Amino acid sequence: MDVKGVVEELYKSDSRRVLATLIRLLGDFDLAEEALHEAFAAAVEQWPSEGVPENPRAWLVSTGRFRAIDALRRKSREATLPPDLPGNKKDGLFCSSEELEDDRLRLIFTCCHPAIEPPTQVALTLREVCDLTTEEIAGAFLTTPATIAQRIVRGKQKIRDARIPYKVPDAAELPDRLDSVLKIIYLVFNAGYSELRPDLSEEAIRLGRLVLQLLPDPEVLGLVALMLFQESRRTARTSPEGDIILLEDQDRARWDRAKIAEGAELSVRAGTAGYYAIQAAIAGVHASGVSDWARIVALYDRLLDVYPTPVVALNRAVAIAMRDGPAAGLAEVDELMDELPDYYLAHASRADFLRRLGRKDEARAAYQKALDLAKHEPERRFLEKRIRELF
Amino acid sequence: MDQWPWETKGLIAKELPVKYMLLIYGAEEAWTDEERKQCYLDSTQLTHELNAKGQYLGAGPLHPVATATSVRVRDGKRLVTDGPFAETREQLGGYFLIEAKDLDEALGIAARIPGAKKGTVEVRPMLELPNLPQVQ
Repeated sequence: MDVKGVVEELYKSDSRRVLATLIRLLGDFDLAEEALHEAFAAAVEQWPSEGVPENPRAWLVSTGRFRAIDALRRKSREATLPPDLPGNKKDGLFCSSEELEDDRLRLIFTCCHPAIEPPTQVALTLREVCDLTTEEIAGAFLTTPATIAQRIVRGKQKIRDARIPYKVPDAAELPDRLDSVLKIIYLVFNAGYSELRPDLSEEAIRLGRLVLQLLPDPEVLGLVALMLFQESRRTARTSPEGDIILLEDQDRARWDRAKIAEGAELSVRAGTAGYYAIQAAIAGVHASGVSDWARIVALYDRLLDVYPTPVVALNRAVAIAMRDGPAAGLAEVDELMDELPDYYLAHASRADFLRRLGRKDEARAAYQKALDLAKHEPERRFLEKRIRELF
Repeated sequence: MDQWPWETKGLIAKELPVKYMLLIYGAEEAWTDEERKQCYLDSTQLTHELNAKGQYLGAGPLHPVATATSVRVRDGKRLVTDGPFAETREQLGGYFLIEAKDLDEALGIAARIPGAKKGTVEVRPMLELPNLPQVQ
């Protein structure tokens, strides 16, 4: 491979790592981004004649840092800079790979700091940690590149002016802070759930693996397992026409066995105590190919303990219907309708139980109500088909 | 002056402490006299702890909003009205002015202010102007 190729490869594999470290050393996102580009430009310029350095990552970090400081010196007067800049010592401070990996984690925690509003957390994470362009982010969240760019600018401003620290939170704060990081990762994953942006799901899994590698907490294990199980069914859950195929009707030969095996391994390590761990365990039962409904109901009972929301209760009702029959499911769902009047899946589940009980007129009315509330085309086509079948 | 201090980028800025204004908002009627007395005692205790760490710059409760008077100058004319800037259910009731190394430290201090239990503490970084007089 020629030197240009080496630099390009290195940009793909390591630019985010180098950026994360430069942000720590320079204390500013914009400065670090400029420095990153300076460093890669210098590599393109110097490596063909000087050869590729032994540790290219450390070379890029120290070159970027040096050029940024040099630019600052030229801009302001040398006298205004303190003599001992952070990272000035030549002790290879930024060369240890452990420190570099910690910087990646610092970057994620900073982008997902609760002092930043969630849509901005998502945009910052995808831009700074995953290197997606503002156009790509805008496309995934159905908004304009200008809106995303503005969010990123404001996010960086808040980090700088409110002095959001660049660090992995202390043990006392970690559970809460990790929670917001995992929420953002799962949000990115779900944005990729539709056929439009499958790459976002892959990106989310990559982010999850990164956090897992550095912080093997049960909830991180659970989230990565959950995403792997869901991703394993990507090609099986929609028809070539884009119609929804329900779990029991899917062609299991199209499930990704490698992802399921990895998910199962992580899910065992995650246990069944946390929010994501329990959901992973449920997804794991489905992925085993034999849905053990008694086990699934038991897991939903646990999930309802940890996270008591009407949507979890609805999922539990569906599992109960599978275990004990549609009449039992209907009784559970009827209890929930006051809390979920505008949730299309509540009406669709109710409709399904009524259909299986042979109560056609009521089923049709419930499917119609669900159809009025459903927003996405594949869901609407599925409901329309069910209504037609009831005539 | 070549640069305004807030334009100083990371490198230098990140080593210096920041001043944060912690604004305490809440509904005045949410406190009984007994609770208010306790709040003042706990707040005083907190100011001493901060002072011992060199983080205390100032603090104080405000008299009820019924004592507020607002002033505006329009076209060189002074307009004085009874009442606060905005009529809201929750009012500014007091403040802490502190020094902290970053937002997490400031949020930690804000969470210890008694008013946070009933109302809201808004944490705002201060923009530092050059050449202000030093109060001793």
